[in-house]
Amino acid sequence: MTLYDLYLISPQLAVASTGILVILLDLVFQRKGFLPYAAFAGLLVSLTFLVIQSVDLAGAVNLVDAVDSGAAGVLAGSLAVDRFSLFFNYLVLAALGLVTLASVDYVRRIERFRGEYFGLLLFSATGMMLLASATELITIYISLELTTLPLAALSAFLMTSKSSEAGMKFLIIGAISSAVMLYGMALIYGFTGSTQLDEIAVVVTSAAALDLPFGGYALLVGVVLMLVGFGFKISSVPFQMWVPDIYEGAPAPVVAFLSVASKAAAVAVLIRVLFTGFFPIALDWASLITVLAAASMTLGNLAAMGQSNIRRLFGYSTIAHAGYILVGIAAGVRTSGSVTGGPEFVSLGLNSVLFYLAAYAAANLTAFFAIIAVSQRTGSDLIEDYGGLVRRAPFLAVALTLALVALIGVPPTSIFIAKLVIFSAAVKSGLVWLAILGVINSVVSAYYYVRIVRVMFLEPPQEQEASGISPVAWFALTVSGVAMIGIGIAPGFVLRAAEIAVGALML
Amino acid sequence: MDTGFSGLLTATVFLPAAGAVFILLLVRGDRNIRVVAAMVAVADLVLTLLVFGLFSRGDDAARFQFIDQFTWIPGETLRANYLLGVDGLSAPLVALTGILGLCAVLASWRIETRVREHFVWLLVLQTAVMGVFSSLDLLLFFLFWELELVPMYMLISIWGTGRKEYSAMKFLMFTILGSAFMLVAIVAVFLTPDVGTFDMRALSTQGTMLGAGVLLPLGALFWLFFIGFAIKLPVWPLHTWLPDAHTNAPTAASVMLAGVLLKMGGYGLLRINVGMFPAQAQQFAWALVTLGVISVLYGAVVTLRQTDLKRLIAYSSVSHMGLVLVGIGSIGVTHGALTSAGLNGAAMQLFTHGTITGLLFLGAGLVYDKTHTRYIPDLGGLAGRMPLVAAGLLIAGFASLGLPGLSGFVSEVLVFLGAFRAYPWPTALAVFGIVLAAGYILWMMERAFFGVRRDRFADISDASLIEALPMAILVITIVGVGIYPSILTDVFEFGLSPIVALIPVGLP
Repeated sequence: MTLYDLYLISPQLAVASTGILVILLDLVFQRKGFLPYAAFAGLLVSLTFLVIQSVDLAGAVNLVDAVDSGAAGVLAGSLAVDRFSLFFNYLVLAALGLVTLASVDYVRRIERFRGEYFGLLLFSATGMMLLASATELITIYISLELTTLPLAALSAFLMTSKSSEAGMKFLIIGAISSAVMLYGMALIYGFTGSTQLDEIAVVVTSAAALDLPFGGYALLVGVVLMLVGFGFKISSVPFQMWVPDIYEGAPAPVVAFLSVASKAAAVAVLIRVLFTGFFPIALDWASLITVLAAASMTLGNLAAMGQSNIRRLFGYSTIAHAGYILVGIAAGVRTSGSVTGGPEFVSLGLNSVLFYLAAYAAANLTAFFAIIAVSQRTGSDLIEDYGGLVRRAPFLAVALTLALVALIGVPPTSIFIAKLVIFSAAVKSGLVWLAILGVINSVVSAYYYVRIVRVMFLEPPQEQEASGISPVAWFALTVSGVAMIGIGIAPGFVLRAAEIAVGALML
Repeated sequence: MDTGFSGLLTATVFLPAAGAVFILLLVRGDRNIRVVAAMVAVADLVLTLLVFGLFSRGDDAARFQFIDQFTWIPGETLRANYLLGVDGLSAPLVALTGILGLCAVLASWRIETRVREHFVWLLVLQTAVMGVFSSLDLLLFFLFWELELVPMYMLISIWGTGRKEYSAMKFLMFTILGSAFMLVAIVAVFLTPDVGTFDMRALSTQGTMLGAGVLLPLGALFWLFFIGFAIKLPVWPLHTWLPDAHTNAPTAASVMLAGVLLKMGGYGLLRINVGMFPAQAQQFAWALVTLGVISVLYGAVVTLRQTDLKRLIAYSSVSHMGLVLVGIGSIGVTHGALTSAGLNGAAMQLFTHGTITGLLFLGAGLVYDKTHTRYIPDLGGLAGRMPLVAAGLLIAGFASLGLPGLSGFVSEVLVFLGAFRAYPWPTALAVFGIVLAAGYILWMMERAFFGVRRDRFADISDASLIEALPMAILVITIVGVGIYPSILTDVFEFGLSPIVALIPVGLP
C-alpha cells in the first residue's frame, strides 16, 4: 500500500473518516447543531480530492493503471478511477451534500442520535462511491453491503413502528438478495476462475467459455443471480417489494438519499459488470433487462395511481423510474441487425442512463426536499393534507409542482431531456416497442403526479401551522430546483459529461 | 441557410413570460396587476404586428425571416438549436396570437379570485403558443408545445365552471397522449442516419431525403405526427376533450383555446405533416379529406342539438376545423396542376376561425356573466338588453357561416376551390356543413337574442367599455380581412408555395 494507493481512494477515505469524526464529535460536544456542517465540510474535502483526480486524469483512462513502476499497485484490478467512476462519485457527493443540508431541520426529532445519523449517511455514501469504482466481484460485494447496512439502520431511525418495519424489511430483503448475488458471484468465479471483471471478460470472450459444463448458460445463470442483488438496489420489478414501505416509514431525507444516490451507484456497478465483464453474452442478458424495464415502468406507474400517501406514491414512482433507466441500459446493446451477428455496443444508451440519473437526482431531490418541508409544517404525508398549499406556502408549492412536472417528463425540465435521450437510444437500438411503452407510461404517470398538483392548487387550504423551515433547507431546495430546471434548459454540460464518462468504459 | 440573431422574435415570444415573472414578484394590488398585464399584452401585440408588418414581401419573401439562432444543446447526442424564425405561414399566426392574447387579458378584467395567478398563467400561455408558431427546431417546438399544458390546465381547473377539474384533466391527458406520439416521431426523425438534425428548415427542404435508412416507415412517422396534431385540432374521433374543456373554461381560456391552441394543431399539420412528408401527405390525402368531411358534418349535426351556448360554439369549432383537413386534403390532386388554393384556405381558416370563435366566446362569456346561464332555452330577447353583445355575436355568427364580406367567407371559398378539384364529391358533402352552420348559428341567435323578452333579464346591462374593447378589436379584424383578404392570403402564399413545390405531382 503506497501513498499513491491512498490517493486513489482519497475521496472515499475522506467521506469515511468524516463519518467517524462526526460520531466522535457527537460524543464530545453537548451542542449538536454544528454536526451537519461538520459532515458537509468533510464532503468538501472529498470533493477537493475528486477535483484533483479529475485534473490528474487528463490524458489517462484509469488512474489505477497509471502507476509507472512495473509492479501494479494493490488496487489494480479491483478498483478503477476513471471518468465513469468520477461521474458517479460527483453525483453521490452532490446528493449527499444536499441531503445533509436538508436534514438540518429533520434531525431535531432524533435528538439523541444526530452524530450516528450523519455518520451512517457518510458510511453509506462511502460504499456507494466505492461501488462506482469497483471492478472486482468481492469489492463489489463489500461495497454493496457497506451501502446497504447503514441505510437499513437509518431506515429504522425514527423508532416508530413504521420506521422499524421499514428498517427490518430493508435488512431482510437486502440480506436475501445479496445472498443470492453472492451465489451468482461464486458460480461465475467457479466457471471463469477469476473475480476481476477484465479477466472474466477474457474468459467469456474466448472459446473456453464453450467448454464449460453447461456452456454459456452456466455463466448466464451467474449473471442472472447477480442481477437479483443489483435489481434490489435499483428497486426494479420484481425486487421492489420493500420500496413502498421504506419510502413511507424511513426518515424522509434518508429516502431522498436512497432514491437518488443508492440507485445511481447500483446502476453504475450494474453497467460496469454487464458491459465490461459480460458483453459477449449481451444477447442473452439484454432481453432480460428489456423485460425488467417494461415490467418496472408499467407496474410502478399503475400501482402509484391508487396511493394516498405521497411518500408511498413516490416509492412506486421510483420503481417506474428504475424502469426508464433499465430501458437505457437495454438500449446499450443493439441485438438485431448487427453486422457481426453478435451484440453491438450503442454508446447512446449508456449516455442516456447517466444523464437520466443526474436529471432524476435533481428532480427527485427537489420533490423530496419540498415534501420534507411540508411534513415539517403539517406533520403529515397524506396527499389530502397538501390541500391549498399554494396559499400557505406558495414557493414550496411551486417548487413541488415543478418537480412533479419534471417527473412526468414535461419540458423545460431535466427529465424531459433525459427521457428524450433514453427513448432515442431505445429507438436507435431497435427497441421501438419499448420506447413507445415508455412514452405511454409517461402519459399514465402524468395522471398521478398532476393529482398532487391539483390538490395543492385547487383544494381548500388546511389549517395554518407554525413551524418554519430553516434557510439551509431552503438553500438545498433551491440548489436542486435550479439544477432541475438548469439541466432541462441547458443540458449540454451534463450530456457531455455523460458522454465522456461512458467513453471511459472503452467498448 | 440563414443564421444570426435579430432578437425581434425572441422579444415577441418571451415578453409575456417576462411580464408574468414581473407580475408574480413585483406587482402588488389586483388593479395594478390587471393594468400591467394589459400593458404587456399591448406591447406584445405591437411586437407581433411589427413582425407581420416588417415581414419582407419582396423577392426573398419565401424564406424564413427574423432568424434568432444559437446552439442550445451541443454535442453528438442531441444537437439542438435555439432557432426561431417566421415565414409566410407562421407570421400571420404569430399576429393572431398577439391579437387574441390582448383580448384574453381584457376578457379577464372581471376576474376577482386569485387575480395574480390568473394573469401569470395567461401570459405564460401566450409565450408558449408564440413559441410553437415561431420555433424552427423540432425539439424547441416540442418544448413550447408542452409548455402550454400547465397554464391551460390551471386556467380551466381554477377559474372554470361546472365539472372544471374533470374537463381540465381530460384536456391534459388527451394532449399529453398526442404529444407522446409526436415525441416518438421527432426522435425517430432525428435518429435517421442521414438526418441528425432538428432543424425544421432542413427537414422540410430535404423533404424526400427521409428515404434512406429510416428507423420507422415514413408512413408511420406521418401518422404519429398526425395523431398529435389531430387531437389538438381536433379531428373526429379525437375531439371529445374539446366540448368539455370549452364549456367549463373561463372566457379568457376559451378564447385562447379556440383562438390559438387549436391552431397549433393545424399549423403542425401544414408545417410538419405536409412540409416534411409531402409524398405521404399526398398518398394519404384521401384519408385526411374523409376525416375532415366527417368532422365537418358530425360537428355540424351535433352542434344543432346543443342547448348550452358555449358547448354549441365548441362543437361548431369541430366542424370548422374539419375544413382545415379538407383544405389540406386538396393536395391529393391526381390530374392537372396542383395549386396552393386548398392549403391557403386551410391556413386562412386557422386565422379566421381564431378571430371568429374568439369573438363568439367573448360574447358567450358576457352573456353568462350577466344572465348566469348558458342554457339557450332560458335565454331570449337579449338583443334589446345588450345590443353591443348581440351585434358582436351576430357579426361573428355571420362570419362563421361564411357571409361574403366577412373573413370566414374567404377561407371557406379557398378550401372548397382547392379541394373540389381533388375530391369533388366529399367536398360537396362538406359544403353541406356550411348550410348546417347557417342553421345552428341563426337558430342560436334567434333563440337567445331575439324572440320573447324575459322579465328576469330586465335589469341586465350591456357590455362595458372594457368588455366591448376586445370584441371591437376582433370585429375590426374580421371585417378588415373580409374586405381585404389578400393582406393575409398573399403572406400565407409566401409560406405555402415552397411547401406546394415539394409535393410530387402525378402520383397514383
